[in-house]
Amino acid sequence: MKTIDEKPRTLEEENLELDFSDITMDPGPAFPLDRREFLKLVGGGIVVFCTVTRLPAFQRGEGRRRRGMGHELPHDFNAFLRIGEDGQVTGYTGKIEMGQGIDTSLAQELADELDVQLNSVHMVMGDTALCPWDRGTFGSMTTRFFGPPFRAAAAEAKAVLVELASEKLNVPKERLRTKNGTVYEMGGSKKVSYGELTKGKKIMRHVKGAEIETPAEFTIIGKPVLRRDSVAKVTGRAHFSGDVKEPGMLCARILRPPAHGAKLVSVDTSGAHAIDGVQVVHEGNFVAVLHPEPETAAEALGKVKAKFDEPKPYADDKTIFEHLLKVAPAGEVVAKGGNLAEGQKAADYVVDETYLNSYVAHSPMEPHTAMAKMEAGKLTLWASTQTPFPLQDAAASLLGMSPSDVRVITPFVGGGFGGKSAIRQALEAARLAKLTGKPVQVAWTRAEEFFYDTFRPAAVVKINAGVTKAGLMTFWDYGVYYAGARGSEQFYDIPNHRTMAYGSGWRAAPGAHPFATGPWRAPGNNTNTHARESQIDMLASKAGVDPIEFRLKNLKDERMRRVLQAAAKKFGWKPAKSPSGRGYGVACGTDVGAVVAHIAEVAVDKSTGHIQVKRVVCAQEMGLCVNPEGARIQMEGCITMGLGYALTEEVKFTGGDIHDHNFDTYTIPHFSWLPKIETVILDANDKPAQGGGEPAVICMGAVIANAVYDATSVRMLQLPMTPERVKEALSRA
Amino acid sequence: MKDTLRFKLNGKPVSLKVDPSRTLLWVLRYDLKFTGPKYGCGEALCGACTVILDRQAVRSCSIEMKDVAGKEVTTIEGLEKNGKLHPLQEAFVEHDALQCGYCTPGMIMNAYSLLLNNPRPSRTQIIEEMDGNLCRCGAHMRIVAAIEAAAEQMGGRER
Repeated sequence: MKTIDEKPRTLEEENLELDFSDITMDPGPAFPLDRREFLKLVGGGIVVFCTVTRLPAFQRGEGRRRRGMGHELPHDFNAFLRIGEDGQVTGYTGKIEMGQGIDTSLAQELADELDVQLNSVHMVMGDTALCPWDRGTFGSMTTRFFGPPFRAAAAEAKAVLVELASEKLNVPKERLRTKNGTVYEMGGSKKVSYGELTKGKKIMRHVKGAEIETPAEFTIIGKPVLRRDSVAKVTGRAHFSGDVKEPGMLCARILRPPAHGAKLVSVDTSGAHAIDGVQVVHEGNFVAVLHPEPETAAEALGKVKAKFDEPKPYADDKTIFEHLLKVAPAGEVVAKGGNLAEGQKAADYVVDETYLNSYVAHSPMEPHTAMAKMEAGKLTLWASTQTPFPLQDAAASLLGMSPSDVRVITPFVGGGFGGKSAIRQALEAARLAKLTGKPVQVAWTRAEEFFYDTFRPAAVVKINAGVTKAGLMTFWDYGVYYAGARGSEQFYDIPNHRTMAYGSGWRAAPGAHPFATGPWRAPGNNTNTHARESQIDMLASKAGVDPIEFRLKNLKDERMRRVLQAAAKKFGWKPAKSPSGRGYGVACGTDVGAVVAHIAEVAVDKSTGHIQVKRVVCAQEMGLCVNPEGARIQMEGCITMGLGYALTEEVKFTGGDIHDHNFDTYTIPHFSWLPKIETVILDANDKPAQGGGEPAVICMGAVIANAVYDATSVRMLQLPMTPERVKEALSRA
Repeated sequence: MKDTLRFKLNGKPVSLKVDPSRTLLWVLRYDLKFTGPKYGCGEALCGACTVILDRQAVRSCSIEMKDVAGKEVTTIEGLEKNGKLHPLQEAFVEHDALQCGYCTPGMIMNAYSLLLNNPRPSRTQIIEEMDGNLCRCGAHMRIVAAIEAAAEQMGGRER
């Protein structure tokens, strides 16, 4: 099987192939493969598998039928790595690289635990035939949940190497140390390289956890490291799914309805048939035209005449909020404490507000793309996906195949942000490869990307809360509709509170959203944090207290206090009651175990309503930070991306008809929007790693809204804060 | 109808039998198997497909082959000289000026054209010239820093 990974590979790795075709397995708890068979296959060296049962249940491979090409694969481990006879280390993970930098940070973790140079570690990612089962790359789970077993496997591998060295050098283990891929004798001259130790050896270990390094022992973890994939990416050599080409490959274009929910009534494909070389596929409502050249496929699609029945739209981008409130299911209690009525009595000021945010698109620069090839009854799918293993199962089920006959390979993914957990394009390619018997590429146009994107749901948040003249919050009554509970749990010290969630995030019942919705970077939390932190700001303002002082006054959470103080220090915050006219805003929040605080400075052009964000400071505490350089890039990325949902991004629609087809009407952040961005990562390397790819995006709505209030005395309760909405709010004031 | 079109591609003469109404991006990607220029929007709105046509950055998704005839095309694949990265490529690596990397070839080619025509751009000029290139991961500030560093390193010389 050809792989399209452009990363440097060793010869052994190429030979490795790992299609597991000769393997029979005993699915018991011990290492399930026939060891000799397996080692014959991997070509020697040391292979370590690791199982950690403390993973969240859905992320565990155990108990799941793992299938490889034709045979059962081991399914009772989470991580595995191999040290080859040349001393090169290969780490295998079902996670994928979409820009978040785990190709680098996971290699750092292996290199550190094993005491080898970073450049002798290679990662094989997102290939269902080679990698341990994984549910998907989302939720900032790689470093949090995959990192620990991965490190444990590496620690065990090192222990094996030390044992081997002890025998070979005739030195007790206690006197041996490791460095740079070598085991050496303390205070002596004896040493041996990992490569020499593994030569001719066929050793396999299966551990259930091992002693991993403590922060004091780190040499590579915690040090800033440049991305390892950048040379491939700056030269154009990095392969994304659309770069995978096979001889005889056809480009497919698929007939799309004008609106979600529209039904195909009739179709005439004769015009497409008439074009030389065009192949037409028509199966039920699925109509596709294929040609080796994408222009001709597009031309052929233009010749397909189709009639659709469109359902009557029940909402558009303006009426959707009213609609959502109308159809909202009963609420679920997220958190509750004290007595709201008593809190209301104790309040000197009460603020009762409603916050809105629109549907937002993921808009990765790489639209959903896939290439499918059917050969000898086996399907290979190269796909831009965040979920290669679920895709393997879905493709098998769609085509009536065994998952063991489906291999998903994930080349570099050109941005995901949650949107590439949706796998429609890959299933379309799989279906067409089966129907045509040829390799088929499905590369969505930008218009298709906008049409089938699983948008961040429009949502409503209602908050009624009170504060005393002394600036202490007395009650907090919170209801979130359709964004979900993530980020809604308030962390302030409020004696009487209730948090309700109506509709569970993006998985709403039919009839709520006119099209698909899905997880969008820090799902739910952008909505909840915008509402909560705006409300907090209003309460601070009512009480006449500086917004940072107000937060600290009402906060016991030490981690949150620490990031707020760190952000204030970096910003050079001088306390003042808001609105101060300075255009400064504050917001803080928590996501995927990390805490963040943002401070922003904005300028508002009152004649145009245009908001220019001039500066954003962000302090983040994320537990162990494996690659501070990578973490900073993620924070900067979150801040820059967050400008979009805060200022311009909203999907326009009438029912299932999506009006945005490209970047001319749907505006994502540009260079000219760029504020000065400063990031602070607080040292917490002695604490377990938390998420790093999402937290810094959650405050962007509130921090800008609060800064706009500070500049103009006008509250922006709806996202995005478009110039029209700003002007309208100013005119109302 | 196919014509034989001649043009220069990354410094080498090319003769191609191709329908002159076809799109430069697709000919590069599907006929010539280039992987650098990327499809992002198809309407010259994102810059992922940027290449150089006679010293100017163009969006190859919106250029027909007949407009390429007799001209010189440079893609990201043509920037390396003797196995050495171009200073812009080096600066992007050193600044970690990318995440997913999908927009990167277009970013670098747009910046390459900028430096060809204005070897010592101000920060404001860089931002103006790069404004039509979209990046969803938010690598913008590092991209600006990388272009500044490359311009500095090149010292006004063409490369």
